[in-house]
Amino acid sequence: MASAPARLAIALALVAALPAQAALKVFACEPEWAALAVEVGGDLVSAYAATTGRQDVHQIQARPSLIAKLRSADLLVCTGAELEVGWLPMLLRQAANPRVQPGAAGYFEAASAVTMLELPTAVDRALGDIHPYGNPHLQTDPRNLIPVALALAKRMAALDGAHAADYARGAQRFEQRWRSQLARWAARAAPLAGQRFVAHHNSWPYLAAWLGIDVVGFLEPKPGIPPSSTHLAQLLDGLESQPVRGIVRSGYEDARPSEWLAQRTGARALLVPQTIGAVPAAKDLTSLYDAMLDSLLGALPPGGG
Amino acid sequence: MDTSNLRPPALCAALLALAAGAQPLTSNALNPALSLILDARLASHSNDPAAYQLPGFQLGPEVGPGERGFALSEAELVVSANVDEWFYGTLVAAIAEDGGEGVIELEEAWLQTLALPSGFTVKAGKFFSRIGYLNEKHPHAWDFADAPVAYDAFFAGNLKDTGVQLRWVAPTDLYLELGLEALSGESFPAAGRDRGGKGSHTLFAKLGGDLGASHSWQLGASRVDARAVGRTIEVDDPAVEPEVAFSGDSRLWGFDFVWKWSPDGNYQARSLVFSAEWLQREESGDLEVRFPSASLPDAGAYAGEQDGLYAQAVYRWRPQWRVGLRYDRLSADNAVTGLSAPIGLADDAHAPTRTTLMVDYSHTEFSRIRLQLARDGSSPATDHQLVLQYVASLGAHGAHQY
Repeated sequence: MASAPARLAIALALVAALPAQAALKVFACEPEWAALAVEVGGDLVSAYAATTGRQDVHQIQARPSLIAKLRSADLLVCTGAELEVGWLPMLLRQAANPRVQPGAAGYFEAASAVTMLELPTAVDRALGDIHPYGNPHLQTDPRNLIPVALALAKRMAALDGAHAADYARGAQRFEQRWRSQLARWAARAAPLAGQRFVAHHNSWPYLAAWLGIDVVGFLEPKPGIPPSSTHLAQLLDGLESQPVRGIVRSGYEDARPSEWLAQRTGARALLVPQTIGAVPAAKDLTSLYDAMLDSLLGALPPGGG
Repeated sequence: MDTSNLRPPALCAALLALAAGAQPLTSNALNPALSLILDARLASHSNDPAAYQLPGFQLGPEVGPGERGFALSEAELVVSANVDEWFYGTLVAAIAEDGGEGVIELEEAWLQTLALPSGFTVKAGKFFSRIGYLNEKHPHAWDFADAPVAYDAFFAGNLKDTGVQLRWVAPTDLYLELGLEALSGESFPAAGRDRGGKGSHTLFAKLGGDLGASHSWQLGASRVDARAVGRTIEVDDPAVEPEVAFSGDSRLWGFDFVWKWSPDGNYQARSLVFSAEWLQREESGDLEVRFPSASLPDAGAYAGEQDGLYAQAVYRWRPQWRVGLRYDRLSADNAVTGLSAPIGLADDAHAPTRTTLMVDYSHTEFSRIRLQLARDGSSPATDHQLVLQYVASLGAHGAHQY
């Protein structure tokens, strides 16, 4: 058995000596960016999603498996705006990969390509776990995916100049396809305009801007602090005079506070997928936004509101 | 409250720049990330903590169960930032009170590379060694109010020293990390900066991965080679009050295992974390003993073999609530020869054990209140301990390691 370490060393050396694969290795913090990277890069990229739709991306452990994946990545694609601040900086320091450090060409934040909403005017932890660079849940508005795709294509071209035209074509193809989907969704979503909702966490300002809905309150007393019975009772009081259609939660949030409130009001408890995989129906980018609309439209009475 | 000082013009400018997508985000806008950890406690001990003993072990400095009554364990100031695209730097200073006087202790001050190719990282300065699982973690990140007894016995809390660390992450999907450190040999279990100020060496390896979305694990192995020259030993014998110094070799093996479970990988919602470490050490060398009554020092030889392990499980049953159970056990087999009078170092008949139960509540991830009960059988007379503690972190949002 004395040769076991030697065999391991040889195996590792062989792995290290393998020729670099042609595909651009993308480490995506969230499933939607893994899917978008493939839309833009096609066969030229291989994308790994570090989190699933069932996970709270604010709270991820800097696990060994994630360090190993980031170690070999050529391009990191994350939401940014401090959404991943609780774990990504640790991964970046441990993964020892200069290609994806902040400032390198392989470090890409979707937040850098869109206009951020809810930039705070005061930054104080007494306000809860707020995001000083604006609300980071920008993927809930599908219109944001077009500027992100175009910026991503430029970044991929910078990393892999030989295929620059392919990435640009991929982004254009996506934009074309996406514009027709946006038109279809706008028609589907028309009955939602002006409808009132409450949400578990403040994840939905971009969705509200897209659909013209009003999110009038949150189950969390402050961002990141779990719903308390006192706060839910206060919320219930307010909803008696000013009712809402539905109570929106993400795929990873506890259903019980929503259901408690739904039982005491006429509002429906709604699981609205925040990303791919949050519900089985959200299989890819297109079905994600259809599933969002399915869920929200389910709160309206049949035959129009 | 005046909030105007919370948004200085520089920060606003940075926010506007970021809103316009002008620069990528780091954990701070322009200044280094600054955070302050406060850790205060109220403790009750059935035994006098000042008379703490761990029979069979040469204790390092400041090892013990803490004080009775109210105590501010320490205030920890952490400053960190990317220096430039090549380096990341951190300073951790502990501000503590010692007999009514404020003292600042340098816990860590190091620079780490960010831009080396092929998975290599070099860290240089004073740092917590990367051996073991718990060694690199600061007290505020521990799951209990105190360190495992084995860490107190073998590292006087944790192994930290000045030197250089080289680590390599393998380009494999299974996480594999190998590393080594060369250290000055000033800190326990080394002493006296032997080998020309390069008195300690360590080696470590880590292996880890996931099993589905709900399980993750890490295995580690560590080795510490330290040279001690004139390491002073606290011998609690009021009758003779000898001054004891040990010079010799200290060699340690460590193995650690961590397994974490949480439904769908939502650690913050519900989780169970099991961790265990086993440390095994051999020390051999010379003892020099000075009795106040004798004019010449007494010389002897020392050879010791010691084991220590802890195993703990921490269950988070609701987002803000955790409960944890930990078991510690140590044993020693020491031989002292040549001394004219026994000084207790060979006293290895008692195997120290401790059982600890804790429950804690975290209103947010920045504040934690903990109640801990322990039955500490470090010495033959069992100490019953109760600790009520808070840990608060102010300022920058530090990312925690696995």
